[in-house]
Amino acid sequence: MAVRDMTKLTLGPIAYHWSAEARRAFYARIADEAPIDEVYLGEVICSKRAPFHEADLPAIIERLQRGGKTVILSSLAEVMLKRERKATADLAAMDAPEIEINNAAGLFARGQRPHRIGPFMNAYNEATIAWMAAQGATHVCLPAELPAPSIAVAAKAARALGLGVEVQVFGRASLAVSARCYHARAHGRTKDNCQFVCEDDPDGMPLRTTDDRPILRVNGIQTQSESYIDLLPEAAQMIAQGVTHLRLMPQAVDMVAVAALFRDVLDGTRAPGAAETMLRELCDGVSFSNGFFYGQAGYRRIAAAAPA
Amino acid sequence: MSLAELICPAGTPAALRTAVDAGADAVYCGFQDATNARNFPGLNFTPEELAASVAYAHDKGTKVLLALNTYPPAGKVDLWRQAADTGARLGVDAFIVADMGVADYIARTHPGVRLHLSVQAAASSPEAIRYYCENFAVKRVVLPRILTIPEIREIRKEIPCEIETFIFGNHGLMVEGRCSLTNYLTGQSTNMDGVCSPASDVEYRRHEDGSMSSQLAGFTIDCFGPDEKAGYPTICKGRYTAPHRSEGYYAFEEPISLNLSRLLPDLIDAGVHAFKIEGRQRSKSYVRGVVSAFRQAVDDIRAGRQANIADLVALTEGQKQTQGAFETKKWR
Repeated sequence: MAVRDMTKLTLGPIAYHWSAEARRAFYARIADEAPIDEVYLGEVICSKRAPFHEADLPAIIERLQRGGKTVILSSLAEVMLKRERKATADLAAMDAPEIEINNAAGLFARGQRPHRIGPFMNAYNEATIAWMAAQGATHVCLPAELPAPSIAVAAKAARALGLGVEVQVFGRASLAVSARCYHARAHGRTKDNCQFVCEDDPDGMPLRTTDDRPILRVNGIQTQSESYIDLLPEAAQMIAQGVTHLRLMPQAVDMVAVAALFRDVLDGTRAPGAAETMLRELCDGVSFSNGFFYGQAGYRRIAAAAPA
Repeated sequence: MSLAELICPAGTPAALRTAVDAGADAVYCGFQDATNARNFPGLNFTPEELAASVAYAHDKGTKVLLALNTYPPAGKVDLWRQAADTGARLGVDAFIVADMGVADYIARTHPGVRLHLSVQAAASSPEAIRYYCENFAVKRVVLPRILTIPEIREIRKEIPCEIETFIFGNHGLMVEGRCSLTNYLTGQSTNMDGVCSPASDVEYRRHEDGSMSSQLAGFTIDCFGPDEKAGYPTICKGRYTAPHRSEGYYAFEEPISLNLSRLLPDLIDAGVHAFKIEGRQRSKSYVRGVVSAFRQAVDDIRAGRQANIADLVALTEGQKQTQGAFETKKWR
C-alpha cells in the first residue's frame, strides 16, 4: 500500500460559474473536511467570470493552505482578447503559489521557470512531455481522452524525468472549447451581452438529442460530457503505471464525500466495489463513463477487468 | 502588400493535379494514416503517390505542404517521425504541425524544411504564436477561425511569421485541436486518429411520417422533413434540446459553410499572407471550380482590378454561408 499512500488526490478548478458565495462556502468545506492534497484554483473557462470571484482568491488560498492543502493557480484555456492575454501574463509572473498553464500564451510568458502543464495543453505523448520538461514543466495533467496504454507510456516517461503525472478520475470531461458562448446562444444572446446566464447551471446546461437522449453539457464556451468520468475502479491500475495524482473535477454533488471515497480506496480501507456503489448513490441520476480509458466511445461504461 | 497565396486542398493525387492546374500556389495533403486530420477512407497519399505528386507540382511551380497535424498518442510517436522523414526525403516544401513533440523533432532533424503551425495547435494570440516561432522556428501560422479582421491586423504587427487564414469551406466551430466530441460518441479521436464524425458511424434513418434523421454512432444529430435534404451528422452542427429550448435548436451552429470572398480585399490589407481553402474530402470538380474562381479573384485584386465576387458567392449558392467570426464579434 506504500505506493498508493504516496498518491495525491487533487481537486481541479471549478469549471462552472458558481457564485462568489458558493465558492467561498465550497472551499471552506474542502479546506476543513476533504481528504484532498492539492487544490487548483482560478477561472479556466471564461475570462468574463473572473472579476466575480478573483477578489476572494487570497482568502481562499490562505484558508486552503491552513487546511494543509497545496494550492495551484490554473490559467485560462482560451487566450485571445486583451484581458485574457493580460490575465495569463500576470499569472505567469507569479512566484507563489505554483501555477498550472493551459495555453501556449502562458508557456511563452513563463519561459523556463517551473510550472505545471494543464489538461488543455495537449500533452499526448512522451516526446511532447520531454519537450515540456526541458522548458521547466514539473508536472503534467494528461488529456482526458488518452487511453490506458498511452497513459502508461506517458506516465513512465514523465516519471523518468521527475515529473508528477495527473489524470482526471472524476467529473464531466471537457470535450471542446470555442470562441462562441453556447450558453448565451441558447438564450438568444451573444458572448458580449450574455448577462452571465451560465450561473443558472451549476452542473452545466444539459443538451438532449431530439429523440430525448442525454448527450452533452454546455458550460459557456465549453462543451462537456453528459456523463461523469469515473475511474475509481481503474485507479490502482493507473497508479501501478506511474500516475501520481488523481484529479477530481468539482461537480454539483457532495465533493467532500466523493473525495473521501477515493481516499478510502487509495488507503485500502474500503473495497473499490463498495466505494463505487456509494459513489453512484452520491451522484444520483448521473451516468458514469470510462470509455476513453478503454479506447472506446467516451460515453461508454466498460466493466473493469477483475483484479488479478 | 501580402502575396495572397492560394493554399488548396489535395485529398487525392488526382485532386492535387486538378488544384495545381487550376492555379494553386500551394497544395496541402497527408498520408493514409493517423498523422493528418483528414484520415478518411479513400483519401490521402502513399509515399509513392506523394513522390509523383511533388514532382508534378514542382514542375508547375506549385508548393506541396504536408499535414502532420494530429497529436501522436504516447507509444505511437514513431509513426509521425517516419512520416516527417518520408516527407523530407520526398522534398515537400513545408510541414504543417500541431504537436510540440512533432515540431521539436522536425526542427532538430529536418531544419531545412519550413514549419507551418496548424490550426490544430489553436494559437490565437501573439504570445502563443511567438512561442512556436521562437522554439521551433515556425514560419507561418494558420489562424483559428475565431478572430475578426481587426484582431488579425493587430496580431500581424506582433508576430515574426506569416499568417494563413481559412477563406472557404467547412466552418469549424470548436477550437481545433481541443475537440473530443467525436471520440466521446464514436471511440475515434479527432486529435489522435485524425477522424471527425466518421462515415463508418453515420446512419440515415427514415421514419414512418416520411421524416429522416441523421445519426452518429446511434445518437440522433439532426432530423429533416420529407422534403428537406438531409445533412451530414457533424456533432457541432447538430440540433438538440435544452431545458428552455424544447423545440430543438442548433446549439452550436447551423449547418453552414464559410465563405469569405467578400472580405478578400480586407484580409489582404490586414496582412494575411495566404488563403486556405478547406476540402480535402471534396471531389475533383469541386476543387477545380473553387480554386479557379479564387485564382481569378485574387489575381484581379492583386492587379488592382475589381474582382468578380459574385462568382465566389455563387459557389455556395443554395447552401447557407457565413463570414463567421471574421466580420463581427457578434458571432461569439
